[in-house]
Amino acid sequence: MTERFPRIDAVGTEGLLVRFADRLSEPANRAALAYRAAFAAEAPDGVSETATSLVSAYLRLSHDADPERVEAAARQLLETRDWTEAPLPAGRRHWRVPTLYGTDRAPQLAEAAEAAGLDAETAVAELSAARLRVTTIGFAPGQPYLGTLSEAWDIPRRSELAQVPAAALVVAVRQLVLFAVGSPTGWRHVGQTGLRLFRPEAETPFVLRPGDEVSFPAVDEARFAEVEAAEDGGADWEDIA
Amino acid sequence: MSGLRVLSAGPQVTVQDLGRPGWIAEGLSRGGAMDVDALHEGAALLRQDAGLAALEMAGTGGTFVAEGDLRIALTGAPMRARIDGAAVSWAASHDLPDGARLEIGPAEAGLYGYLHLGGGVDVAPVLGGRGAHLAAGLGAPLARGDVVPAGSEDGPTGLKLTPEARFSGGTIRVAPSLQTAFFPEETRTRFEQTAFAKDPRSNRHGARLAFEGEGFGVEGGLSVVSEVIVPGDIQITGDGVPYVLMAESQTTGGYPRIGTVIPPDLPRVAQAAPGVALSFRFVTLEEARTAVAAHRELLAGLRGRVAPLVRDPADIPDLLSYTLVGGVTAGDEL
Repeated sequence: MTERFPRIDAVGTEGLLVRFADRLSEPANRAALAYRAAFAAEAPDGVSETATSLVSAYLRLSHDADPERVEAAARQLLETRDWTEAPLPAGRRHWRVPTLYGTDRAPQLAEAAEAAGLDAETAVAELSAARLRVTTIGFAPGQPYLGTLSEAWDIPRRSELAQVPAAALVVAVRQLVLFAVGSPTGWRHVGQTGLRLFRPEAETPFVLRPGDEVSFPAVDEARFAEVEAAEDGGADWEDIA
Repeated sequence: MSGLRVLSAGPQVTVQDLGRPGWIAEGLSRGGAMDVDALHEGAALLRQDAGLAALEMAGTGGTFVAEGDLRIALTGAPMRARIDGAAVSWAASHDLPDGARLEIGPAEAGLYGYLHLGGGVDVAPVLGGRGAHLAAGLGAPLARGDVVPAGSEDGPTGLKLTPEARFSGGTIRVAPSLQTAFFPEETRTRFEQTAFAKDPRSNRHGARLAFEGEGFGVEGGLSVVSEVIVPGDIQITGDGVPYVLMAESQTTGGYPRIGTVIPPDLPRVAQAAPGVALSFRFVTLEEARTAVAAHRELLAGLRGRVAPLVRDPADIPDLLSYTLVGGVTAGDEL
């Protein structure tokens, strides 16, 4: 099946999806973020909510919407520029999140390293050194998808789901995900952090934003025991100039 | 303030409303009642807004005592209900005077029963909604000793309606979605021909479907790019098992989806008890949109279908004081 991008498709009866690619790429991710921001700023009739996934922008239709009119408006905006040339969002930050790799707290490190064709030590060194970008927030509240790891990490999800706790660091298809809440997943659990990503009672309920960069430096078990209970699990951040 | 004190509660009695729209970009799905139709029915029976919160009771209800005079309505999966020991009708509204004891037993059909309060369940909204979103860690099931506050209000009781049949499974309409074409025609046809049953491993997040025979996995299905999910999407996990994503679904996901249950048929999936038979039939997007519009009209017309509740004479202690026969005619005009 060969598809041309960008393209607009129906998402069931309630929405439209503007897709910039069928696989994750940095330009398609930037395009999705910039397009959604521009669409939300224009706020055409018939759309009650917008969001992005990795390489697409979702437009949720309001009950009284005419889907054809919304699609025409979406297409018109799409044709105003080459969205893959758009810059990243403003106000980005770099987060450093102390991470305990492997042990019984992250039991699928060995399996993930083997799938990537690496020994466990090299795998931890690579993941620990990687500085990744939040490509989208999704799945669970405040939960980031982070890309992109080297080719070696293009490993599929597991076919069986396993339960992981909140703040678990998991890997698949050249990406990391940091879990906001405990959940079953087919991604492999390689590290554990103490960063609480969703705070419904706080003024800023969602900690990370698309465009932020995150690294996961390795700490040993003794250090992790100290930071896990600390505010933000010992994570800190600085503005990206 | 008036309210309902919980003496005992089933394993999952939660506050629910129409959910929290507007947070998909932040990864928080809308949530809200599993059977949205029930919220509209409760609103019609109490003559109030369908956006007010109610109690959703999974499988069974509990025992409650009124603190202050309350109005209640009972909708969704029919459950045995008693007020101070006397059986009361389901799909109806009743008075619950100060101190009255309300007992709600297990569902006789379906899964989710709803207990509505006049004025709605008046807890403080969080992120624009009052309901529990268990998957996101928002709110929790009710427990003994909790008091559920009722909003201030005034209105009728003693009304009933006949709910839309949706408590025993059946054929569910599915619209094509993003990845439907990803599945070979043979797989889609087999999906339509398969007799499924609701798996007991189902909850507010999703309904797992049990079946016999080959799974519905698709080649390359474990490496597709993660895309937006809407409630009703039928994802096929790596083991080939279909899973209908429900109110508390994730907002994005990478498992391919064979189609999406159209919104008017989602309450029927929610209300199918474990083991109840379900099958699926593809409709076009145009047919789906027509069905959505018809369903919306049906919900808007519920108030016109509400009728006075006729009490069983055996339940009326002062029967002799009633005028039982009046306006006798030949019956020709009936």
